[in-house]
Amino acid sequence: MAFARLLIRRLLFLLVVIWAASTITFFVPRLSPRNPVRERFAALARSGGFSPTDLEKIIAAYNTKFGFDKPLWRQYTDYVGSLARLDLGLSANQYPKTVIQLIQESLPWTITLLLTTTILSFIIGNLLGAVAAWPRAPNWLRSIATPFMLLQGVPPIILAVLLLFFLGFKLKLAPLGGAYSIGVIPHFSATFVWDLFKHQILPALSLIFGSVGGWVLSMRGMGVTIQGEDYVIFAEHKGLHGFTIFRDYFLRNALLPQVTGLALALGSVITSGILVEGVFGLPGLGSVLGAAIQSNDFLVIYGIVLFITVSVATMMVIVELLYPLLDPRIRV
Amino acid sequence: MTTVLQVNNLQVTYYTDSGRARALDGVNLTLNSGEKLGLVGESGSGKSTMALAMMRMIKLPGRIEGGQVIVDGNDLMALSEEEMLNARLSEITYIPQGAMNSLNPVMRIGAQMVDAIKAHDSKSSKSAIEERCMEALESVDLGRNVFRMFAHELSGGMKQRVCIAIGILLKPSVIIADEPTSALDVVTQRQVMETIDRVQKDIGCAVILIGHDMGLMCQFVDKVAVMYAGRLAEVSTVRQMFSDPKHPYAQALISSLPSLENKGVFHGIPGLAPSLLRLPSGCTFHPRCPHVMEVCKTTVPALRTVPGGAQVACHLYPEKA
Ligand SMILES: Nc1ncnc2c1ncn2[C@@H]1O[C@H](COP(=O)(O)OP(=O)(O)OP(=O)(O)O)[C@@H](O)[C@H]1O
Ligand code: SF4
Ligand SMILES: [Mg+2]
Repeated sequence: MAFARLLIRRLLFLLVVIWAASTITFFVPRLSPRNPVRERFAALARSGGFSPTDLEKIIAAYNTKFGFDKPLWRQYTDYVGSLARLDLGLSANQYPKTVIQLIQESLPWTITLLLTTTILSFIIGNLLGAVAAWPRAPNWLRSIATPFMLLQGVPPIILAVLLLFFLGFKLKLAPLGGAYSIGVIPHFSATFVWDLFKHQILPALSLIFGSVGGWVLSMRGMGVTIQGEDYVIFAEHKGLHGFTIFRDYFLRNALLPQVTGLALALGSVITSGILVEGVFGLPGLGSVLGAAIQSNDFLVIYGIVLFITVSVATMMVIVELLYPLLDPRIRV
Repeated sequence: MTTVLQVNNLQVTYYTDSGRARALDGVNLTLNSGEKLGLVGESGSGKSTMALAMMRMIKLPGRIEGGQVIVDGNDLMALSEEEMLNARLSEITYIPQGAMNSLNPVMRIGAQMVDAIKAHDSKSSKSAIEERCMEALESVDLGRNVFRMFAHELSGGMKQRVCIAIGILLKPSVIIADEPTSALDVVTQRQVMETIDRVQKDIGCAVILIGHDMGLMCQFVDKVAVMYAGRLAEVSTVRQMFSDPKHPYAQALISSLPSLENKGVFHGIPGLAPSLLRLPSGCTFHPRCPHVMEVCKTTVPALRTVPGGAQVACHLYPEKA
C-alpha cells in the first residue's frame, strides 16, 4: 500500500504544479500593456477596410467575447474554471481555432522530433560515455566519445545554424527547411515519408549533437566510479567474460542516475526544440508558440506553456514511479 | 599430501608517479591440499597484492614482473587470457576484501551465482545450475530463499557468506579470502570463519586467509606466513609461530599481541614501515631490527628451512644441515 500512498502524493504534486504553472502563465503576459485583439484589428485597419469607430466597436465586441473587459480576478477565475473543464480557450490570433486544436495540430511534429532525438541521444551518449569509462575497451572505441564531449555546451540552435549553412546550403545534402517539399500535398506514400524524413535530418542532428556530449560526460564520470566498485572487481574474479561484466555489472548500475537525468532532459529539450523548430520552419509546437509570443496571443501562450509544464512534470512522476523497477533498493 | 599450490619467485611492481614500488619481491610459498595458511603483515606489506597476483588480477599501474603460480600442476602465469578466465573460480578463487560491496546491487543473488557457473560450464541445464547454487547457499548456512533476494536485503555476515558460496561454486583447489571478517562484529566473525573452515573440509581445497587479527585467524589455520615489505619473513606452524617465533619481525608481532601477562603494556614495533619506493638494502627490516648485523645491510636473506622446520628469511639462522 506504500505504493498507493506514493502514487497519491505524486498526483497531488502534479495538481499543485498545474495550478502554479497556470497561475504564473496567466499573470506574466498581463504585465505587458499590449492587447492582442487591438493589435490584430489595428493591423487590419491599417491595410484599409474599416473606419476607426468601426474598429473600436469590433475591438469592444471581441474583448467581450474573450472576456478581456472583465476585471482581472474574474478573468483568472474563469480561466481556472475552464482549465478544470480541459478548455484552454480560443486563439485570439487564429480565431476561431481553439488552443487545444493548435496544440493538436502541432504536437505530433514536436513529439516525433524531440522524443526520437532525445532517446537516440540518450542511447548514443550513454554507450559512448560508458565505453570511454571502461578500461578494457579498445582505445579507438573509447576515443569516439572525445569529439562529442567537445561539442557539449554548444547550444543546439548554433549547431542548427551551422548545419543548415554547411550541410544544407553549401553541400545541399539536406533540404533547408519546412516539414516537406514545397508543392507536395501530404499523402501516405513511401516517397512522401522519405521526404518528411529528409526534412527532419538537420533538425534532428542539431538536437542530437547538442545533447550527446552531456550524456557522454555524465556517463563517463559515473562509469569511472562504477568500474572500480567492488562488485565489478568481484565479477572479474568470477571469471566472467568482459562483455557480461560490462552489461550486467557496470552499465546497469551506471545507468541508474542517468535515467533520472533523462526525465529532466525531456523537460529541458523543449526549449532547444522550440528554437530549432524555428530555425528550420517546422510546424511544431515551437513555431506556434513563437508566433503566439510575437502577437501576444495570451491564451495560446498559456495553453502551450501549461501543456509543456504539465507534460514535463508528468514524465518526471512517471520516471519516479518506474525507477524502482530498475533499482531494487528503492522498491517500496 | 599432494602439493596444490606452489608460488615461485612472484614479483609485482607498481609504476607510480613517484617511482617504482616493489610491492612483491620474490615470494615463494607451497601449500598442500587441505592446508590452511594465515597471511599476516602490517597494512601495505603486500598481502592483497600477492593474492591479486595469484589471480592474475593486478591492474595498472601494477605489473607482474615474473614468477610462477602453479595450481594443480598448471602454471597460471603461462595460461592465455581465455584460459585464465576459466581458471578463475574453477581452479583458484578470491573472496575479496570488502565483501560488503562485492555483490551487484541491481541483480538478484541467484543471477550472480548462475552467471558465474555459466561462464565456466555451458552444458548444464538451467535447473541443474540452480540446484548447484541452492546447495552452495545451504553449505554456507543460508536459506534457499536467498537465491531470490537482493544484496540490500542481506546483513553483512550474510553477504560475506554469499561471497563464500560463490567462491566454492566450482570447487576450486585454492581459496584466498582477503580479510573476510574485517567489517563484521565479533560473533559474526567467528561464524564466518567456521563457515570457511567447514566448506574447506567439504571440498578439500587449500585456503589462504589474509587478515590482521592474528588471534582470531590462528584458531582456524594450520600455518602462518608473516609478510614484511613485499617479502615473506617467516612461514611456520601456528604452534611454532606463537611459542617460538624465529624472525625478529615475527617476534615483535607476537609480543605486541595482547595477553594476560602483558596486559596494559603495549609493545609496538619501533620504527616505521619502509616506503616501497626506497626499500632498505639487504634485509628490508634491518633499520628496525634489534639484532641487525653487517651482513644484513648488504645481503638479502633467503627464505629457508631452519632447524625445527620453520621457514625463515633472516641471517641469524643457519641453514638446516
Ligand atoms: N593500484 C596501486 N597503485 C600503486 N600502488 C599500489 C597499488 N595497490 C597497492 N599499491 C601499493 O602496494 C603495496 C601493497 O599494497 P597491498 O594492498 O597489497 O597491501 P596489504 O598488505 O593488502 O594492506 P592492507 O592490510 O591495508 O590491505 C602498498 O604499499 C601500496 O601502496
Ligand atoms: S636478517 Fe638481520 S636485520 Fe634482517 S631480521 Fe635477521 S637479523 Fe634482523
Ligand atoms: Mg589488503
